[in-house]
Amino acid sequence: MEVVVALAIGVIGGSGVYLLLRPRTFEVIMGLALISYAVNLFIFSMGSLALGDEPIVKPGVAADLAHYTDPIPQALVLTAIVIGFAMTALFLVVLLASRGLTGSDHVDGAEPDR
Amino acid sequence: MSPTLILALPFAGSVIAMLMPTHARNRAATFAGVVALVALIGSAMLFPAVRDGGVVRDEYPWMSAVGLDFVVRVDGFAWMFAVLVTGIGLLVAIYARYYMAAADPVPRFYAFLLAFMGAMLGVVLSGNLVMLAFFWELTSLASFLLIGYWHHDRDARRGARMALIVTGSGGLALVVGIVLLGHVAGSYDVDRVLASGDIVRQSPYYPLILALVLTGAFAKSAQFPLQFWLPHAMAAPTPVSAYLHSATMVKAGVFLLARLWPVLAGTDAWFWSVAGVGAVTLVLGAFVAMFQRDLKGLLAWSTISHLGLITLLLGLNSTLATVAAVFHMINHATFKSSLFMAAGVIDHETGTRNIQRLRGLIHAMPITGTLALVASAAMAGVPLLNGFLSKEMFFAETVYITSSPWVEWGLPALATIAGALGVVYSLRFSIGVLFGKLPSNLPRTPHEPPRFMRVPIEILVLACLVVGIVPARSIGPALAAASRPVVGGVLPDYDLALWHGVNAPFVMSVVALVAGTLAYLAMRRAWARGRLQRAPLADRFDGRRAFDVTMVMLAQVAHRALAIAGTRRLQPQLRAIVVAAIVGAAGALAAGGITWGDRARVPPSFELVAFWAIGMLAAIAAAWQAKLHRLASLMLLAVVGLVTALTFVWFSAPDLALTQLAVEVVTTSLFLLGLRWLPMPVRGAQRRRADAMTLVRRGRDLAIAAVSGAGLAALSYAMLTRPAPQSIAPYYLAHALPGGGGHNVVNVMLVDFRAFDTFGEITVLAIVAIAVYALLRRFRPPQEAIAPPRQQRVVAGAPRSDLAGAEVATPGYLEVPAVLARLVLPIAVVVAVYLFLRGHDEPGGGFVAGLTVAIALLVQYIVGGAAWVEQHLRLRPVRWIAAGLLIALATGLAAKGAGYPFLTTRTFDVAVPLIGELHVPSATLFDAGVFAVVVGGTLLILVALAHQSIRSHRRADATVELD
Repeated sequence: MEVVVALAIGVIGGSGVYLLLRPRTFEVIMGLALISYAVNLFIFSMGSLALGDEPIVKPGVAADLAHYTDPIPQALVLTAIVIGFAMTALFLVVLLASRGLTGSDHVDGAEPDR
Repeated sequence: MSPTLILALPFAGSVIAMLMPTHARNRAATFAGVVALVALIGSAMLFPAVRDGGVVRDEYPWMSAVGLDFVVRVDGFAWMFAVLVTGIGLLVAIYARYYMAAADPVPRFYAFLLAFMGAMLGVVLSGNLVMLAFFWELTSLASFLLIGYWHHDRDARRGARMALIVTGSGGLALVVGIVLLGHVAGSYDVDRVLASGDIVRQSPYYPLILALVLTGAFAKSAQFPLQFWLPHAMAAPTPVSAYLHSATMVKAGVFLLARLWPVLAGTDAWFWSVAGVGAVTLVLGAFVAMFQRDLKGLLAWSTISHLGLITLLLGLNSTLATVAAVFHMINHATFKSSLFMAAGVIDHETGTRNIQRLRGLIHAMPITGTLALVASAAMAGVPLLNGFLSKEMFFAETVYITSSPWVEWGLPALATIAGALGVVYSLRFSIGVLFGKLPSNLPRTPHEPPRFMRVPIEILVLACLVVGIVPARSIGPALAAASRPVVGGVLPDYDLALWHGVNAPFVMSVVALVAGTLAYLAMRRAWARGRLQRAPLADRFDGRRAFDVTMVMLAQVAHRALAIAGTRRLQPQLRAIVVAAIVGAAGALAAGGITWGDRARVPPSFELVAFWAIGMLAAIAAAWQAKLHRLASLMLLAVVGLVTALTFVWFSAPDLALTQLAVEVVTTSLFLLGLRWLPMPVRGAQRRRADAMTLVRRGRDLAIAAVSGAGLAALSYAMLTRPAPQSIAPYYLAHALPGGGGHNVVNVMLVDFRAFDTFGEITVLAIVAIAVYALLRRFRPPQEAIAPPRQQRVVAGAPRSDLAGAEVATPGYLEVPAVLARLVLPIAVVVAVYLFLRGHDEPGGGFVAGLTVAIALLVQYIVGGAAWVEQHLRLRPVRWIAAGLLIALATGLAAKGAGYPFLTTRTFDVAVPLIGELHVPSATLFDAGVFAVVVGGTLLILVALAHQSIRSHRRADATVELD
């Protein structure tokens, strides 16, 4: 399974980086969204890819990492998801405002000279 | 008064003065005077404590681990400077009241003046060298503001900038020197540094420390070759010159040399560099001063000369010379401030400072004239005045020095020449301006200034006289107290008497006075004939040209560097960041290589592999389609998000899956709302056939993307297969239930263990929401996007509707889904409540519940239209945000109030009728705050976007009406 997850992170991240380097604002936002998926997955998988070991304390089970997966990456990623949403929203609105002000959706606010 | 209070007082006063009305001249002056007076009395009262070598210290630990503490330290030397700074500050405050015009923004002047006073007190009272460097730079800043006070004047701006650049750059050198010094001495604490002189002098870093510290001190004290900024700083209002350029700011340099004298002095390097520079400056300053035609210019060059004298004394490596240096610091401050003030009076009353036009002023202003005469006699070193005493001590030191023969002969000769030159410019200032026939063509008819403009000068001149006549009784104790710490604790024998008999120094004084007078008489004739208007040769020593050339070169280099390495375009910047990351990672790999670990692998499952096959395809397709098919790309992005959510739930992270799912919906809706306002993608034939350059660019970016993707994959694989490092997770797992009162460890971490983090996060969310709202308030949709979309236009007319309140934006559009969406709302709210309540023990929590409510409301907006929703629901997102933040804060503070750390959870067991025993942790309340902020924030963002469509309709209507 590790191969799949690693590949997935690579593919999503690579697609995100490609979009990040594009000239249109929409593409850049999409790229950032993709990169944040990749990063979230990466941080999440720092715990372990455990099956059926939710970090929800069950009575009678010793509270250690042998019986539960690591909750720290999960808590971090949960925060990251919400902040990622806020960031996307802000960028989207900045994009719209920039388009309203400059009449262009190029990342530099003006079409490049050709 | 505590020294800290003395230090804080001027800064507080500066803020208050800044707040006064622009033309409150009297109020600001009185206020500044009172502040200075209180600080002066407070400082003076510390004398008994420092008189016999005592030290008063106020310590406030700050970053003790790196040796940074806030230490206010007063010893005799600092005490003397504190009294000078506050005392002359008081006199300048009085003087400036009459000097400044009523039209000037005088409170601002006093605010700067007090800020400078505070900074200067900071320099002298610092008990920590880093603190000293901080206040040192602060004096540069405050002096910049003061010199540039008349900022409409080009010379003032230039002079201010030059002073800031020269003294500020010197300050930077000083910072480095101080860091090194602190490193060698093992502490930044002044007392400990002063005690480690031997270690410092033997350190291999000593030459470097010396060079850096001297650069800073010489820049500040206008020593050769950095002296050129001081004459240009004369564009400042004269009270500023009387304060900064005679008594305080320029004395900071020699103050520092004296402060560090026990640590740095005593070596040959010190003698040659300090005494050498001092001697050059002494003679050069005096020489150039003679040829000045501007009263203030003459005083500025004379100040340079006298600072050179003090530097020279400090450089002689003799305790007696050092005492003389300290003495001359006091004397120079008194006579030079009074001279600047007198020059200001002359300027003020006659309208000119040109020495060639001024004559016979003693007839028009007898009292001020007499005062100026006495003060310039002190400057020349005439007996019965304080300048004579310290000059005499200086002569004595040059005579009794033991060094190589040509130093032993050259130094006294040089001192005598400098003394004679001093007599010449003093005579030019006094006799030349005061005596003779009063000219009638002055810009104004001169007369005596207002009574209280003269008082500060009178006090200073009186001080010159008293110190000059009865030195031992007046200044003796203070001088002893001030000199003791500078020479390292044991004072040398000296005699502060007026008459020592006919000895070598006295002969030198007489020679200097006579030679100077004769030279003056000869030169006066030359000046009258229009000759000797410029100082011969001295132009070569003018650093101003070098300064200007350096500035221009720096600007050119910066421009060129920007042209080469800078760009305002985003794409190259992002590319540089990505490539730098790749290079960094590759560098690390090149050093260590990458190896896979042997952690037990998780067996692959067909379903998840299939999901990820779809997910990866979707990611690539999203990237491929993002340019031309935004909607498709958005949907593909959502697929990636869903697969991510599935992965979370697959690998034991139900909370993450829930949140990801909800955020996915919100993000997609957000994009859908925003998509409409983007310009249509260009699909023209000429663009479709991309030119070769575009293809190359895309290929390059694709390669970068492929490399970073491969790197990410390799890194992830290595991380996933290696054994997990020691984790702090067992602590959370073990304490979630007993400490946090919840079974769901992730939720307990969010609302309890790491609640402060979450508090910050919801604050960020609130800020983002408000920022979005503010940005969109000014947004005007582009014209071409205003018309209703095609889907809404095809609905012909408004069909009859039996729905209550069917006034939708576009009648007849999506009415059946609207009814369904309304049905969903209460159900969604119930689900949200359920998610919220179970959050502490089962997957769920405030984030997810808030997002659920927000989604349910958002659906109403999308399907029913903004107008309908707002007619039927009064949502106040900003209030939700405020309430949420306040609840979260109150929960945290309640814990604090109960004596626990901020945001500690307490669990209450409440018996509720019919339901039974309830188990309510206070974290639930905090989670409610999170819930409210998430609902409010998300709604505010989405509603602000949704409102754009209403606005565009309104605008379209308005356009129609206008037609």
